[in-house]
Amino acid sequence: MTDSPPRARARATRRRGSDRGFNRVFRWIAVGSGVLILAVLAAVALFLLWQAWPALTAGSDELATAVPRYPEDTSFVAYVGPLVFGTLLAAILALAIATPLAIGIALFISHYAPRRLSQVLGYLVDLLAAVPSVIYGLWGFFVLAPFVVPIWSWLNEYLGWFPLFAGEASPTGRVLATVAIVLAVMILPIITAVSREVFLQTPKLHEEAALALGATRWELVRTAVLPFGRSGIISAAMLGLGRALGETMAVLMILSPGFLYSFHILDSAQHQTIAAYIALDFPEASGLAVNTLIATGLVLFVITLAVNMGARAIVARRKEFSGAN
Amino acid sequence: MNLSRFTRAGSAVAVGVLALSLAACGSDPEPADTAAGDDTADSTETGSAEDMESLSGQLSGGGASSQEAAMNAWRAGFQQMNPDATVNYDPVGSGGGRTGFGDGSYAFAGSDAALDEEELAAAEAQCGPGGVIEFPGYVSPVAVAFNLEGVDSLNLQPETIASIFLGEITQWNDEAIAADNPDAELPDTAITVVHRSDESGTTENFEEYLYSVAPDIWTEEPSGVWPVEGQESAQGTSGVVGAAQAGEGTITYADASQIADLGTVAVGVGDEFVPYSAEAAAEVVAQSPRTEGTSEYVYTIDLERDIAGTYPIVLVSYSLACTTYADEETAGLVKGFLTYLASEEGQQAAADAAGSAPLSDTIRQAVMPGIESISAG
Repeated sequence: MTDSPPRARARATRRRGSDRGFNRVFRWIAVGSGVLILAVLAAVALFLLWQAWPALTAGSDELATAVPRYPEDTSFVAYVGPLVFGTLLAAILALAIATPLAIGIALFISHYAPRRLSQVLGYLVDLLAAVPSVIYGLWGFFVLAPFVVPIWSWLNEYLGWFPLFAGEASPTGRVLATVAIVLAVMILPIITAVSREVFLQTPKLHEEAALALGATRWELVRTAVLPFGRSGIISAAMLGLGRALGETMAVLMILSPGFLYSFHILDSAQHQTIAAYIALDFPEASGLAVNTLIATGLVLFVITLAVNMGARAIVARRKEFSGAN
Repeated sequence: MNLSRFTRAGSAVAVGVLALSLAACGSDPEPADTAAGDDTADSTETGSAEDMESLSGQLSGGGASSQEAAMNAWRAGFQQMNPDATVNYDPVGSGGGRTGFGDGSYAFAGSDAALDEEELAAAEAQCGPGGVIEFPGYVSPVAVAFNLEGVDSLNLQPETIASIFLGEITQWNDEAIAADNPDAELPDTAITVVHRSDESGTTENFEEYLYSVAPDIWTEEPSGVWPVEGQESAQGTSGVVGAAQAGEGTITYADASQIADLGTVAVGVGDEFVPYSAEAAAEVVAQSPRTEGTSEYVYTIDLERDIAGTYPIVLVSYSLACTTYADEETAGLVKGFLTYLASEEGQQAAADAAGSAPLSDTIRQAVMPGIESISAG
């Protein structure tokens, strides 16, 4: 398990001895790629800060005159608040729908389906990721939204006591609940693909040990596969969350926007996400209005960064219990 | 993981397909072609571009996105007649078009609003005193459209329309609606207003209409952003039409050529109700008085919304140009292009492509001297 001294010394010699010729070139390419990605990230962050600065420092009166949708006498934080709320609510709902489904699909592919079927299914799920978001937007707008209208009004009528289903169900179906379904479909392939890979990595010894103790298939999954894959599932979900937070086109096309802190996901004109808001207002914006839009983009950037760092922290904390050793 | 590679390949394909289909729209020469064939006889009278030598070179303009569909037809028609000429139009929006025209980056521009004093001053600095040409090259009727089962057409007074869009009338069988429509079977469905979620000239124009005909009810100053909160909205004309089609009891306003199978409102003008038609929309522009006190070639109109027999909800979009340009090539191109744009065949091409209302002969005769005076110098 631990490196014996001779092996460690041998590795050190190998590293020193082989660092010339193409090895060196390759090392520089790798380092360069690493630096490049950091530089791009820094450039994006700097651009956002630099362009957002005029809006962040402007007074609320100034913003209210320049930005068409800016309410009078509100600070920038109060203005961007509902957008942040809408963005998070849409992404969390999508995640809540997609994660259990993705785990189910991944388990089916890795542990239940016959080999041939699992290959086909895995391929089909990957294919889902290849559909551009504008197609999901069109599908949501023309097919899903009209289709879910009766379902949403039923939920609203009979389960209206539940805060999420309260309010008045929209007759067009272009509400956050519909958006969440479309987002869930969009992030499903990412979560499924990553979880599937992780489940397939479950050590055979663990599985055989579980089976030897008389575990059924479900008990095998519960005692060996899921505990092993937990950190993998979390990072898969966070990858999905990142996409859901930033998704623009589908939200833009489906959602009937509003600017409220509202949990009424069946009601129209309640929510808006940051990305869709920028895409919607950018074409006619000029001057300070553009700066304000970029400032909302900066907020989204910060949120995404925070989500990813949070996910990293969770994964790192779980690593030692993952059973990979 | 190669997921993202697939995604990117997918979107590349989609973009490619989109580009192809757009190119197909843009270069469709048929409407312009047939129109040109019909009208050769009176081409001198209408000032057709065909009696000029073939032009060449590149011309750049930009502005109102509302003109885009018509502009594609005009570009196709013009480039058909002048195969060596290329006209570009950047649909950046009206404000961007006016700014770009004022600072000289566009040789011509389209705008949903007439130049204000400040913008006119900037434009005159670019074109020379009295050298700005402005005329309503694109007039597009805006329909009030609804989706209500079993009802194809409704008569609505302006006050009723304002109350509906404000959300004060909430049921289709409201007395105010029933009073003007004794024959219609009105259900007790709730009214769902669908407006544009993006900033739009159509919204501004519709608000201007409501503000001028029902000032007691619609008290909000017109702007490109819809003032009523908590209503359903969608992006773009196709968005509001799609949303209206998806829901029962919806009502919206949209470019009349795009409303598909939705029912339309016959709008109350004086004592009668005028259903939407291109002719009735063209009439309101023809009969409205020209703005007084403008320079010779600025033909802007003060839209009057209560002329009997005319359809009052129209989007009037102006074409902007200079009478003098620095070089011969640009001057020739602008002159040729605007001559075609204002000509009968050009207006017909726009009507076929974008459902716009053609320019009346009176206005054409008033603006042609300005276009003909375009020269280099």
